[in-house]
Amino acid sequence: MYEFSYHKSASVDGAVEAMNKAEDGKFVAGGQTMLPTMKHRLAAPSDIIDLGGIAELVGITVEGDSINIGAMTTHAAVAASGDVQTMIPMLAKLAGNIGDPAVRNRGTIGGSIANNDPAADYPAAVLALGATVKTNKREIAGDDFFTGMFETALADDELITSVSFPKPTAAAYMKFENPASRYAIVGVCVAKTDDGIRVAVTGATPCVHRGKQLEEALKGEFSSAACVGVDVPEDQMNADIHASAEYRAHLVKVMTKRAVDACT
Amino acid sequence: MVENGIGASVRRKEDKRFLIGKGNYTDDINVAAQTHACFVRSPHAHATINSIDTGEAMASTGVVAVLTGDDLAADGIGPLICGVTVTSDDGEPHRAPAHPALAQGKVNYVGDHVAIVIAETLAQARDAAEKVDIDYGVLPAVTDTGSAADEGQQQIHEVAPNNMCFNWPFGEKDAVEAAFASAHKISTLDLVNNRMVTNPMEPRAALGEYNEGTEEITLHLTTQNPHVHRLVLSAFNQLAPEHKLRVVGPDVGGGFGAKIFVYAEELVVGWACRKVKRPVKWTSDRTEAFLSDAHGRDHVATAEMAMDENGKFLAMRVMTQANLGAYLSTFATMVPSYLYAFLLAGQYTTPLIYSEVKAVFTNTAPVDACRGAGRPEATYLVERLVDVAAADMGLDPAEIRRRNFIPVDAFPYQTPVVQCYDSGDYEAALDKAMAMADYDSFSARADEARTRGKRRGIGLSSYVEACGIAPSAAVGQLGAGVGLWESAQVRFNPTGNVQVFTGTHSHGQGHETTFAQLVTEQLGVPFENIEVIHGDTAKTQFGMGTYGSRSLAVGGVAIAKACEKLIAKGKKIAAHALEAAEGDIEFADGNFSVAGTDKAMNIAEVAFTAYVPHSYPEGLEPGFDENAFFDPLNFSFPAGTHICEVEVDPETGVVEIVKYTAVDDFGKLVNPMIVEGQVHGGIVHGVGQALLEGCRYDSEGQLITASYMDYAMPRADNVPSFDIDYAPTNPPHNPLGVKGCGEAGAIGAPPAVINAISNALGIKHIDMPATPENVWRAAQTAALG
Amino acid sequence: MPAVAMNVNGNAVSGEVEPRTLLVQFLRESLRLTGTHVGCDTSQCGACVVHVNGKSVKSCTMLAVMADGCDVTTIEGLATDGSMHPMQQAFMDNHGLQCGFCTPGMVMTALDIVNRNGNDLNEATVRKELEGNICRCTGYHNIVKSVQAGAKAMGE
Repeated sequence: MYEFSYHKSASVDGAVEAMNKAEDGKFVAGGQTMLPTMKHRLAAPSDIIDLGGIAELVGITVEGDSINIGAMTTHAAVAASGDVQTMIPMLAKLAGNIGDPAVRNRGTIGGSIANNDPAADYPAAVLALGATVKTNKREIAGDDFFTGMFETALADDELITSVSFPKPTAAAYMKFENPASRYAIVGVCVAKTDDGIRVAVTGATPCVHRGKQLEEALKGEFSSAACVGVDVPEDQMNADIHASAEYRAHLVKVMTKRAVDACT
Repeated sequence: MVENGIGASVRRKEDKRFLIGKGNYTDDINVAAQTHACFVRSPHAHATINSIDTGEAMASTGVVAVLTGDDLAADGIGPLICGVTVTSDDGEPHRAPAHPALAQGKVNYVGDHVAIVIAETLAQARDAAEKVDIDYGVLPAVTDTGSAADEGQQQIHEVAPNNMCFNWPFGEKDAVEAAFASAHKISTLDLVNNRMVTNPMEPRAALGEYNEGTEEITLHLTTQNPHVHRLVLSAFNQLAPEHKLRVVGPDVGGGFGAKIFVYAEELVVGWACRKVKRPVKWTSDRTEAFLSDAHGRDHVATAEMAMDENGKFLAMRVMTQANLGAYLSTFATMVPSYLYAFLLAGQYTTPLIYSEVKAVFTNTAPVDACRGAGRPEATYLVERLVDVAAADMGLDPAEIRRRNFIPVDAFPYQTPVVQCYDSGDYEAALDKAMAMADYDSFSARADEARTRGKRRGIGLSSYVEACGIAPSAAVGQLGAGVGLWESAQVRFNPTGNVQVFTGTHSHGQGHETTFAQLVTEQLGVPFENIEVIHGDTAKTQFGMGTYGSRSLAVGGVAIAKACEKLIAKGKKIAAHALEAAEGDIEFADGNFSVAGTDKAMNIAEVAFTAYVPHSYPEGLEPGFDENAFFDPLNFSFPAGTHICEVEVDPETGVVEIVKYTAVDDFGKLVNPMIVEGQVHGGIVHGVGQALLEGCRYDSEGQLITASYMDYAMPRADNVPSFDIDYAPTNPPHNPLGVKGCGEAGAIGAPPAVINAISNALGIKHIDMPATPENVWRAAQTAALG
Repeated sequence: MPAVAMNVNGNAVSGEVEPRTLLVQFLRESLRLTGTHVGCDTSQCGACVVHVNGKSVKSCTMLAVMADGCDVTTIEGLATDGSMHPMQQAFMDNHGLQCGFCTPGMVMTALDIVNRNGNDLNEATVRKELEGNICRCTGYHNIVKSVQAGAKAMGE
């Protein structure tokens, strides 16, 4: 790691203030992606602003038909939450399969979403459930949040405070794991929501996205058979040593089918 | 049975220190005034070095020294060596390009060592390493095994035209061709043996200390063979005279071959600590390990089998291209030659075998032994080819094996490829494994799987391997620069407890337990009173270390021989003390007794008498401490049948191993618990190769799989529990009746897994690693109904 | 340099560290608790697992300063009065270790598994829960047995 200055604040305002003073600062939540990146000297922030001391960012609350999850809530806490398991079991399961148990004890929902790794799991849930990302400045609709590979709608001094997930009628997430990293080669989240059927795809392309054609097909008939004829264009797919674009496109359909089956 | 003796699953002596966090691995050792080293490595696969500017790095905070290849050469430190000579088809020795420990004018793979930066802290060393300014002239890279020797390829080393290290033909070419010409059927298979990164969990490390007063260098290393390191570093690298160099391999966190070799970092750290007159410590991080540990396997081969109308093997022909990487690692040349072609008979009576091995240089990390070393490559090729042959002949894979097995009454069996197998009952192992695997009712399970949209397959692998390489005279004839005997010293202390010094090295194998069992069995000393000591050239007599599953089969026998000497001497001492003739003294259960009387003396009392010889046989040396060296007459030849059953999801290509059965012949088992653990680990290493692990370079020579994010290691949820049993035979030339067990799993498993997948999909072949995408593609091609 | 203070294995410890110091470096180099190992740099292998405030974490993926004020338990903190913790004993009894390098992380992870899943663990659960710990020696067979046996022993 390169040298940096370390700041830990007990409040959102304090953290933002530290960020504004920093030359090239970075917020760090659980650090499960950030620290390995820094260890490989692939990132060189001048300042690290640790959000780990901000109590108000931690916790899960039920607000009517939604669940609000504080940004610094760990994956393990989401997975173990009775409220999440009852209202959105898909989300508890998704959180309980990110990384491994030790990673889940440190990694947070806010960190995952703000990082927007193309192969991360949470972004698929945010998109498919039509969640709202709440920040210290505003509320951002899930559909508007993820703007590109490792890019989001967040400003430099903006940090996620919580994510609010409306309860779906049914939802399922199917992940095809990279055998090495265990990240998603393809992850598909299918949800029946008040807003209709929503399909979100992670891992397959440079940024999580809605599978609009799959959604259309499923609106006609919510069954795995309905996905079969959908064209998933290969040319937009990621390709690496683990999966070619062709295989990823195929997996998008397979994982969608399986998610649909798990919803019904 | 003696308590805790041979055959008992004794809990391991070494476990407590590991379990309470008191292991002592190289990186755990810290010494006063220690500095930390970081190696500057080439980011290019192939480049000339036009200049190196160390000025800014030297000025960086905390830096003690920045040293380059020029400094190394100025001090007369020699290049790294390869210890085994293979004679090429032109009658010349293999081509051996110079392998400087720090680059001199040129780099040949990504990770090649260019400079060492030594600083007060590791972070400072790393900071400064980035400031070493190197001007490279980048050249095109050669990375592909199959085409490395093609015409028009970029040349890597001047001394190796066409990037060829050697072309080594072996066998009776004309006779094989004649047999092919008249064969009823010829089966052919092209296959790749995928490159692996060995990946012991403890990364390599070195800690060098120089004592100005005694002019001695002490090197703590992650080594499987401390004396071999000392010998090579002294004799060939001129690091220090052998008596002024101490090499310690403390607790070592796994080796699997990767820690046999003498590496650049080890030599440079040893040299640098004398140069800077401060202790220097270097510990590899995992990415460095991927870049710079010697890799394994990496063959491209074509195999052909000629058969008669009954499926009897008449002749086999194998053409292999083997990648040795950018330079020759310590035993690199031996792996795709003697350790490979000499195993091509497998368990079969194939009377004629012809093999040609072309070994090539590429701009990749050096390739050397990795668990099994040559034998997995041979076994994979033979056992895959046999399955293809079975399909071509319309025979069940088990049936074609039976028709060609070397029969039980034919041992010792001379194969056409040098090896003379010691003992074996291949049919017994096959029968037992088939029964355990419920082979005969497989089709019902396959039908059931089909109703769930899955495809089941079952695969056999009947392997034989050669371990405990020997005898020294034979390996010398083959061009090895060392002997392959082993040594032991068994020392009684005056109070009756025992220290056993072995020249082997334990890095997970449990020698501290197994060897103590041998001694308790033979000498009757309580297990808890025996300590096994290894891994320090200042403590133990010269030894050859641990690799090739040799430690018990060779090193264990040396211990037994030292014990025999103690018993012989003890009889003299007891005879004197008991006032009897030496010939009347019997030894059993730790007691020397006078035959036919109740007069007896415990071995501890004999030991005390030997050290306090107030009343002692005239002319007999005092002391109770014996040395022995053992040079076996032959290798030992473990064998067995492994059966893998898989379930394939044709829609995704995911392969699940649903059942895995192994029946092995390791001769007599000293500690069955430990043996079983070795088999488990070997199988998963093999499953890793078959399903997950594929080391990949891109065309520019960048290592794509340089971390666990991209190199898939087998994890607990990739494998099931295993069904293990044995079909032992008695190897006549091994005094303990033992064979080696450390590599068997890694040798037996890959073909069992791939045969099962091929069976599931009804295809001829799929290359390793059978990743989901590769399996999915194969399933598409097979157009499963 | 920032000061850190934490409770490690029941002992109050403190020191000054560079912010870039990882928790594992603080444990190994400052406190000389070398039972916790480093086997990779991508948070995959689990050789470095310790407990922070009772939960398993990868100490190579946490800054020492982040553990300021925390309770940390390492492999050295499990045995009491010279006798091994039941999970440590189970690893010995079931030959759940060979070279010993991954072992401390395996044991610390095993305890976390028991904390969350109870004393009656099936094989599939253990295998899934061990996802973040890599072993090259054992083939996992005996590690799985060890964790199951250790969990059971902890409930007795």
